Amino acid sequence: MIKVCTQTFDCKDPSSIETYIKLGGYSAWREILNQQTPKSQIIETIKDSQLKGKGGAGFLTGLKWSFISPTKSQKYLVCNSDESEPGTCKDRDILRYNPHSVIEGMLIACYAIGASVGYNYLRGEFIGDQWKVTNNAIKEAYEHNFIGDNILGSNVSINIIPLIGAGAYIVGEETAMLESIEGKRGMPRIKPPFPAVQGLYGKPTIINNTETIASVPYIIKNGIDWYKNLGAGDAHGVKMFCMSGHLNKPKVIEAPLGTPFSKLLDECNGILNDKKLKAVIPGGSSVPVVKGEVIMDTPMDYEPLMKIGTMLGSGGVIVMDETTCMVSVLERISRFYYAESCGQCTPCREGTGWLYKTLVKIRAGQGDQSDLDLLNRVANQIEGHCICALGDAAAMPVKSFLTNFWNEFEYYVEKKQSMII
Amino acid sequence: MIHDILSENVRKEIDSIRSKFPHDKNKSSIIESLLIIQHENNGYLNEELIGALAQYLNVQKIDVYEVATFYSMFNLKPIGKNTISVCTNVSCMLRNSDQIVEYIEKKLKIKIGESTKDNKFYLKDEMECLAACNGAPMMQVNHVNYENLTFEKIDKILDGIKDD
Ligand SMILES: Cc1cc2nc3c(=O)[nH]c(=O)nc-3n(C[C@H](O)[C@H](O)[C@H](O)COP(=O)(O)O)c2cc1C
Ligand code: SF4
Ligand code: FES
Repeated sequence: MIKVCTQTFDCKDPSSIETYIKLGGYSAWREILNQQTPKSQIIETIKDSQLKGKGGAGFLTGLKWSFISPTKSQKYLVCNSDESEPGTCKDRDILRYNPHSVIEGMLIACYAIGASVGYNYLRGEFIGDQWKVTNNAIKEAYEHNFIGDNILGSNVSINIIPLIGAGAYIVGEETAMLESIEGKRGMPRIKPPFPAVQGLYGKPTIINNTETIASVPYIIKNGIDWYKNLGAGDAHGVKMFCMSGHLNKPKVIEAPLGTPFSKLLDECNGILNDKKLKAVIPGGSSVPVVKGEVIMDTPMDYEPLMKIGTMLGSGGVIVMDETTCMVSVLERISRFYYAESCGQCTPCREGTGWLYKTLVKIRAGQGDQSDLDLLNRVANQIEGHCICALGDAAAMPVKSFLTNFWNEFEYYVEKKQSMII
Repeated sequence: MIHDILSENVRKEIDSIRSKFPHDKNKSSIIESLLIIQHENNGYLNEELIGALAQYLNVQKIDVYEVATFYSMFNLKPIGKNTISVCTNVSCMLRNSDQIVEYIEKKLKIKIGESTKDNKFYLKDEMECLAACNGAPMMQVNHVNYENLTFEKIDKILDGIKDD
């Protein structure tokens, strides 16, 4: 079994700096400081490793870093530890079991983009465990002078600062996160300008997901080919898959990208109570649902999942068995986007409300055929007409549930009850 | 005046929060400061506290108010001493989180969104996924996670919380 971001997870004292250093931690950072490695070389390494953003969009990390405005002014790095896409529970494990990989990754990223400050923004609900571990780990790293002024006598000075939110899914969107750090409501900004040009406090800023950042030290230490070759088949690298729902053993699995879905299912000891697999949402609740038989042999990688009409997203794999009522699952998903829309764009604010209310109506046995058309129409009106991707995230599930499980929705409006008893 | 509303301890914590940001970016300290203030004030905020923070940070009251109303962890009304948030998002719903909510509602004789009469518990109407989907069904009590819940487990957890 390969271990990248999960390397420390099974250790006795996984979050301590001693454990991390014993496993070779901070050696990549030391090496960079010793050699005064050129920034461009680090960015090229990350680019060539094919590391892709693990927060949802899958954008090439090295390429994103190369967009950083070359001005001499202040720049920022922001690590996105807001983890709130439904079905996603991996960053919380990295934060509590391997916090130093995040710190070392942030240091290397700061160095590469020329930022003297890196903020790690944790969602408010992490205030119990992850927040304490993060603060403690940062303190340890300061004591070892891996962070701070004139780090290990290198003349390099970088500060890593933890921040905490207070409950709002939308703050996971990168520009909403910048607004939140600036102390405002978490309302996404219109892009362009992109954060790499005008980000936090108007300064060039790079935002990356926790898992992305945590992968960086391992790639710098072990090299481009090592990381690329971790993938299965044509895929490069690894991903943490959060396996949840109707499974005998739900868990987070770090596996080669390109691993067939069926293998992940086996690792979870199959479907709960040996029922039949019905459907899977492979990348968090924002991505389209697919039928079980369609995904069974599909390699869990960006392109193969696109080919079957869905996306890898955040790696939140939600598994549903034959007893699942798809109408009620969609109602629940729609409730979430309705509750979390920030309200700036009319199609999103009004549309998510329509979607949710229509589904509630159908579930109450008061819907008819025209409501199914309404769902499709509203979804189309939201999609592509909003400032941020939350609008699309609300629309995509609706369209895919209707396409894949049309008969179930039709049954519900005709018979005024669920097909699943 | 303001010193009566924000204790010395709270003011010290706010000063250390301020040091995380550029010196002219006072608004950035609002969120974390409000969390501290709310914690010290039995879990909720009021006009007076919002005004005091605005004054202390030298920002507009409306700036603080906007933050206090936008984020779901801030309460603008008194709530029970112990906050229970049951995740009812997709993965938890598939593992019967709705029955968990129903069980707690019956046990505590309240509806979701309410506090118990003795003010011991507040059952939050949680909309978000709490990022513990592989431990579904789950809840947070005062931001500590409890996973793979059963009715017996819930009894043990909630009955174990002391009145003080
Ligand atoms: C509504 C919405 C919510 C998001 N939530 C998260 C999140 O919780 N965590 C995250 O890393 N990215 C989230 N993203 C994606 C971020 O905007 C951003 O693309 C990502 O943090 C970039 O990091 P990466 O390139 O390393 O993936 C969200 C995007 C949207 C539109
Ligand atoms: S799409 Fe929705 S969440 Fe995104 S900015 Fe518009 S209203 Fe806000
Ligand atoms: S769906 Fe309940 S913790 Fe994620």
